[in-house]
Amino acid sequence: MTATASADLAAPRTRLALFLLFAPALIWLLGLIVLPHVDLAALSLRARVAPRTYEFSFANYRTFIDEPLYWHTFVRTAAMSIIATACTLLIAFPTAWYIVKIARGQAKSMLLVLCLIPFWVSETVRTLGWMILLRESGVVPHFLVALGITAQPVELLYHDATILVGLVYTSLLFMIVPLANALESLDDALIEAAYDLGGNAWSILRQIVIPHAAPGIAAGSIVVFMLTLGNYLTPTLLGGKNSLWFTEQIYAQFITRFNWEQGAAFGFLLLMLSTAIVWLGLAVSGQRFGDVMRRA
Amino acid sequence: MIHSLPRSLLTRAASGAYVASFFAFLFLPLIVVAVFAFNDANYPAPPWRGFTADWFIGGVGRVGLFADRPLLASLGTSAIVAAWVTVLSVAVGAANAFLLERVRFRGKSLLALAMLAPLVIPGVILGISILAFASRLAQFADDFIGVELEFLRPGLPLVVIGQFSYIVSIATLMIAARLKRFDTTLEEAALNLGASRAGVLRTITLPYLQPALVGAGAIAFLMSFENFNTTLMLVGSDPPLTVMMYGRMREGASPVLNAVSLFLMIASALLALALLQRPDARQD
Repeated sequence: MTATASADLAAPRTRLALFLLFAPALIWLLGLIVLPHVDLAALSLRARVAPRTYEFSFANYRTFIDEPLYWHTFVRTAAMSIIATACTLLIAFPTAWYIVKIARGQAKSMLLVLCLIPFWVSETVRTLGWMILLRESGVVPHFLVALGITAQPVELLYHDATILVGLVYTSLLFMIVPLANALESLDDALIEAAYDLGGNAWSILRQIVIPHAAPGIAAGSIVVFMLTLGNYLTPTLLGGKNSLWFTEQIYAQFITRFNWEQGAAFGFLLLMLSTAIVWLGLAVSGQRFGDVMRRA
Repeated sequence: MIHSLPRSLLTRAASGAYVASFFAFLFLPLIVVAVFAFNDANYPAPPWRGFTADWFIGGVGRVGLFADRPLLASLGTSAIVAAWVTVLSVAVGAANAFLLERVRFRGKSLLALAMLAPLVIPGVILGISILAFASRLAQFADDFIGVELEFLRPGLPLVVIGQFSYIVSIATLMIAARLKRFDTTLEEAALNLGASRAGVLRTITLPYLQPALVGAGAIAFLMSFENFNTTLMLVGSDPPLTVMMYGRMREGASPVLNAVSLFLMIASALLALALLQRPDARQD
């Protein structure tokens, strides 16, 4: 990259200053992002044929296809992430609407801050809360018995629905903020005009609100999907042994079995899925990556 | 419907109830964690057996938070890691911001996009790629130079590097957003009046950037403290708090975890308050 200092005084001029500005960015991006991922790709494309001897091979990817457990887990993780993203959107949208369009003055800013507070606390703590609430000896089963709804305490952990609740919960903020930003820029007069012209709630939502909020919906959904797909803590703790989340497979190969080649292949598959969905989301909604990330 | 249009009593009630239950959902886990830090039972579960501070200060047969050495050590580890990540992220983030806002060069928009890329790479994958690459470098150094580079093996230096690799993206965004709004005529005026470039940077540009630097630092500290995915892949023998808590939660919880969680909640609430007190420090 050849740099030219711009003519105005504000630009750094000396070669040293330019070098000092470029160096950290290049060390970071090349040394911590690009090269490690190239290395990961290389790792995933080799197989051990003898101790300390490796050769180029697609064996690790073939294992993924041949072993139903692996690709089932992969598909399941993707499907659950899509469901979780959709649920998050459905739950967050009315709240974002209420905060932006119905609440006024003090209440409005207070509600927005209230949304932020739980996310200042670690995901570990929030998951601990869900475990105390939902496990067999926990708060919710206790109240279900006390209210006479169930005779015995029921185990509410370790179900798919539990994982979904946990995932939706952790994702809400990342949906609310972009939605609220998008709705904030929607002029109330448009809605009033539509209402005066005889529009009902449904037609206004469909023809005015959703088209206007589309960038926010896209930004929120992309971020939530990506975070959900890559989540490890919530599925393993709330789903237990039944969670079958793909990040667990990566962890198991890398850390437990020390089969880095296989783990690298799994990691690459997850990265490709994540990138594909982000790209698809951008393409479908006609958004640009940079804008979406700044919005989120 | 919006506030300026007529809404029936039923709609009002329904939307109010929805928002109320939404916030109940949001706060329920936190409230439960806080409440059971004070329950006089060996397991954080109902029924309520009376108030106790045992889980903080200890009691008969009970180790409280303040005597739980491994837990306190992990809290300290998290703080050290977070401090390093904060300093590195703010410094590199500021340099990146100047690069993006002040220097013209070919391929800038590409570089700006590349700087956002770490935010869309799942944390687990950032972790394993850095783990594998560092291990390859260590192997290389060992084979060819005969030096054992300890910091490239799983451990705290790698945790710092792994967390830094994506947190710096956020710091860059925050600092660049503020630098973009800076009126460069202020710098020109100072230069015209005879100030040196370093003097201008110190007395004009950096003070202007300070709210963004502080804000980015706070966010970086918090994100590092809370990070789990990347950390789990890179951690060595001394686990930070999130990894430590995760391990204990799998074994079965003790209310000491509630106690340390309550401590975290109070600490992050104070940090949030401190940041919200300075309205100009808030970034979009």
